Order: sequence, then C-alpha cells, then structure tokens
Amino acid sequence: MPDDHTAEMIDLHAIRQQFPILSREVNGQPLVYLDSAASSQKPAAVIEGQREYLSLHHANIHRSAHHLAARATTEFEGARKKVARHLGAAEAREIIFTSGTTDAINLVAQSWGGMHLDAGDVVLVPRDAHHAALVPWQMIAESRGAMVKPIEIELVGDRAGQIDRSAFSAQLKTLRPKLVVLGHVSNALGTIHPVAELCQEARQAGAATLVDGAQALPHLPIDVQAIGCDFYTVSAHKAYGPTGLGALYGRAEVLEAMPPWRGGGEMIDRVSFEGTTYGELPYKFEAGTPHISGVIAFGLALDWLEQIGLEAARAHEEALTEKATEALLKIEGLRILGPPTGIQKAPVISFVIEPQNGPALHPADLATLLDKQGVAVRTGHHCTEPLMTALGLADTGGTVRISFAVYNSFEEVDRALEALNRAVSMLA
Amino acid sequence: MKSENPIEAREQELIETFEMFGDWMEKYEHLIELGKTLSPMHPDDLVDSNLIRGCQSRVWIASHPGPDGTLTFTADSDAIITKGLVALMIDLLSGAPAQDIATAQLDCLQTIGLHDHLSPTRSNGLTGMVQQMKLAALKNIS
Repeated sequence: MPDDHTAEMIDLHAIRQQFPILSREVNGQPLVYLDSAASSQKPAAVIEGQREYLSLHHANIHRSAHHLAARATTEFEGARKKVARHLGAAEAREIIFTSGTTDAINLVAQSWGGMHLDAGDVVLVPRDAHHAALVPWQMIAESRGAMVKPIEIELVGDRAGQIDRSAFSAQLKTLRPKLVVLGHVSNALGTIHPVAELCQEARQAGAATLVDGAQALPHLPIDVQAIGCDFYTVSAHKAYGPTGLGALYGRAEVLEAMPPWRGGGEMIDRVSFEGTTYGELPYKFEAGTPHISGVIAFGLALDWLEQIGLEAARAHEEALTEKATEALLKIEGLRILGPPTGIQKAPVISFVIEPQNGPALHPADLATLLDKQGVAVRTGHHCTEPLMTALGLADTGGTVRISFAVYNSFEEVDRALEALNRAVSMLA
Repeated sequence: MKSENPIEAREQELIETFEMFGDWMEKYEHLIELGKTLSPMHPDDLVDSNLIRGCQSRVWIASHPGPDGTLTFTADSDAIITKGLVALMIDLLSGAPAQDIATAQLDCLQTIGLHDHLSPTRSNGLTGMVQQMKLAALKNIS
C-alpha cells in the first residue's frame, strides 16, 4: 500500500511476506496484530533457521568432541558475539544467556543483590517499571532487610511519562541507593527514558545501575557502554526472536565479582565433595544445557533486524504511530496516556475512552469487540500496576494498548480504527 | 421428571434465542443489552467476598436463599459484556431450587458457543461465575 506519511526506506510488502502468521485469519477476519509490545511475530528467517538447526545440526554444546557438537558450539558462541555487538558490549563474555528479561533480572537480584544488599539499603525502581523489574527486588529486599522505593513518573503535562528529574536527584542524595533500576522504554506508555543521563547521575551518587531494555531492543539502537550501566537485560521474543530466551549484559568486572546463582553442569571448574570451584564468565552463570536452538534463533533475529535497518524500521513505526494517534484522537472522550503527541516515543499507544455523556468504556469490552473483528490488542495493567494506580486506572481495567512492529501497515491502522469505532458505537 | 427442571427449560429458551442471531456481533449486541438491563445490586453486596477472580474485569455475585429452598442471585460488573454474561447466568439460575443449581450441567453454554467464542480470560471469568453460583447453591442444600 502506498504511503503518504514518509519516504519509506523499507519494502513493507516484502517484509510482511516473511511473516507467515500475518496472512492468517482470526474470527473470520484477516488478522491485524497490534500487540507486538507483548511479543513480536517471527520472520521466516528465524523460524526456518531454528528448524534447520534442530533438523540438521543439533548436538549439545561445549562438551563432546564430535563434528555436530563443535558446529553447534560455534553457532551458539557466534550468537553470543552477535548479541554482544548488537548491545555494544566490550566483550562477548559479558553476555549471559537467560530465559528472558525476567530471568536476567532475577539473576542479578539473587546474585548481586544477595551479595550487596544489607539491612536498610535502598533500591530505586521507577513507578512505570514492568513487574519483572520490580518484584525480583522486592523479594531479595525482603530477605535482606533492604527497601525498594519508587522513582516517580510525571503523570500529566508535556513531560507525562518521564521521570520526575528533580525528585530523582533529591532521592539520590537523601536515600543513597545501592542500586538504581531503570527502564529504557516503558512497555505501558512507550516513553523512551534518557538512560545514559540517568545512569550517569546514579553512578555519580555511588549507585549501581540496571537497565531493563526489553522494549528497547526491537526499536532502538543500544550501546551499553555509552549508557554506562552495570547491567542491561533483553528478551529475544520482543525483537522477532523466540520465546524463552533472553540475555543479561553485565560489565565484566561486576559479573566477575558476583557469585553464581544456579548450580549445575556447564558452570563449574572442578567438582568434588570436598569443594567445587566455578567456571569463568560467561559460563559461571549458565548452569545446565542452555536453550541452544533459541540462542541461535536469537542471533538470526538480530541479523534480520540489522538487515532491515533499525533506523528504517523506526521511521516506519513512527509513521504508523503518528497516523494512529491522529485517528484515535478523533474519537470522543479518547485520552492517550504518557508522552503527548510530538514527543518521541516507542510505537506504543495506551489509551482510555471516557465519553462526556456516559461512563468510561471498559478496556476489556473494547478488546473483546476488537478481537471479534480480527484486531489483537492488549488491555489491563500491562504488568505495571503501580503506574496504573498512580494514573487512577488500577480499578477501572487499565488501558487499551496498541503497539506496532516494523511489519504493520497503514491499511492495518485503518482497519483497527474502523473496528474500534464500531466497538465504541456498540458500547457507548 | 427431567422436563420439570426449570433450569433445563431456561437453557432451551437460551439456545433458541441465540439461534436467531446471524453473526457474533449480534450476539455481543445482545449480551450488551442484557448487561444494561441487569437489576442493580444492593451496595452492601459490592464487597470483596462477592468478587470473582480470574476475570479481566471485576464481577460481583451475591446469593440470597429463599424460604422454599430456592436461591436468587444479584450481580454487577464494571465491564458491560461481563455484566451481560452474568445477567445471562442469572436468567438461567436465579430463583431455581438450590439442588437444581448445584447439579445443573449447563450444556447450553457450549451449545451457544460462549466457551468457544469468548477469550480465555473472559471464559475463565464465566467459569468463575458458574463456580461461585454452584458453590452458593451447595452451601444452601441441607
């Protein structure tokens, strides 16, 4: 479909053809998938690459001295190098494969937190953090007698969705946090946080830093050294890769000083009943046989994304967001949460509909009627209940969230809006 | 006799009503209408102990035993489609003998496709509604 919004740098038709799922129907209607912030769909290169590995090349890695094992190990470690390069890590051994962002943050909480957090210590977590970036810290804080406190988010105005910087600076001085957790991109509102600036400020106050990059990976260039964080976490499935796989970046000297979290094979140096010594990075943190096919597919997903070009993808996603925002704001009573129009954000639009002459429309009702028309969106708290509480939406069903990936089309935006208008007319 | 069971007669009526609808949007329009006409719940019954978990929206169901062994229900929800679903359950079960409510098979929900055509979260909500109503009935069988 011709595009009147931007000079497209991508061949959308060719991209869409690489996603088999996009041509299926749901409830008798062609699928319009607007839930990529929950999980993106997978291109044929990733699906076929994983299938090819499982069909033709699989063996366990790092151990057996035979052809397949050597080949699988090379592919696996090649993927680690790709992830390291994509995230801007100094060395491949700074990349630990995990089952996802949640697992990565739990690793840091249990290993680093178990070592560094003492009674009375403070961990700062933003109010818009995904539960995965909050709950692991509450768990370790509880067992260590430490405290988890919120970094406040501005709720209205030009800076809606952004961190309240003066409150943050004050917290760093008064609370002297051991660790500052940050989100690179808010999954609920799409805010892009200035993580390099925030990390610098936190570091100057003597805090360690962890950045949850799950929502940044599919949309933004990432350079962990420029950000200056101690830890950065990603999930493959948000960025065209498989589920059950993610990565933790940690600065080598920080990771080296941390104790292993899970014990087992792969992570050891010497084992005896008298005492066991642990392996080097990154293996110290990778107990057991890893998700080999997932790691290889993750590498393929990053190859695919780099081939499309992050800049081109972002331009297209911004055009989709702009078009959708414009159309959404024509709906009576519709209010978009988070960054106002014109502020750069990820391709996420979180909204509620509060008609002037009637009760607010429940997000779950809207989503049900959209689903009947083939349109997939997310509704609810988006795993950010403290944020929804601050926005006054915790007890009213949260928001409706539509989110785009590079494969979405302008025609899909039109279809989604048509479906939404029909849903609104049925409910209002 | 089976035919004397009031719930089964109501189930048959429900199936006939849903057979009249052409497509799913019409069925949802009907659910929304049902939701709008649901009698309001007594404010005292809008309490956490009547709240059903496992549903994206909030739904409350209160039971009121009658002297003749019957059980009536009142309910509310903040989402209109859920409210329609619970209204439909009230039309099926409210006022029937507790014994019949507890043993009702409710095959009609399959027949009209509510389990197949509602999203899993909402379907869980429907399951939760049926469970809560049956549990209330069991408590009222001496």
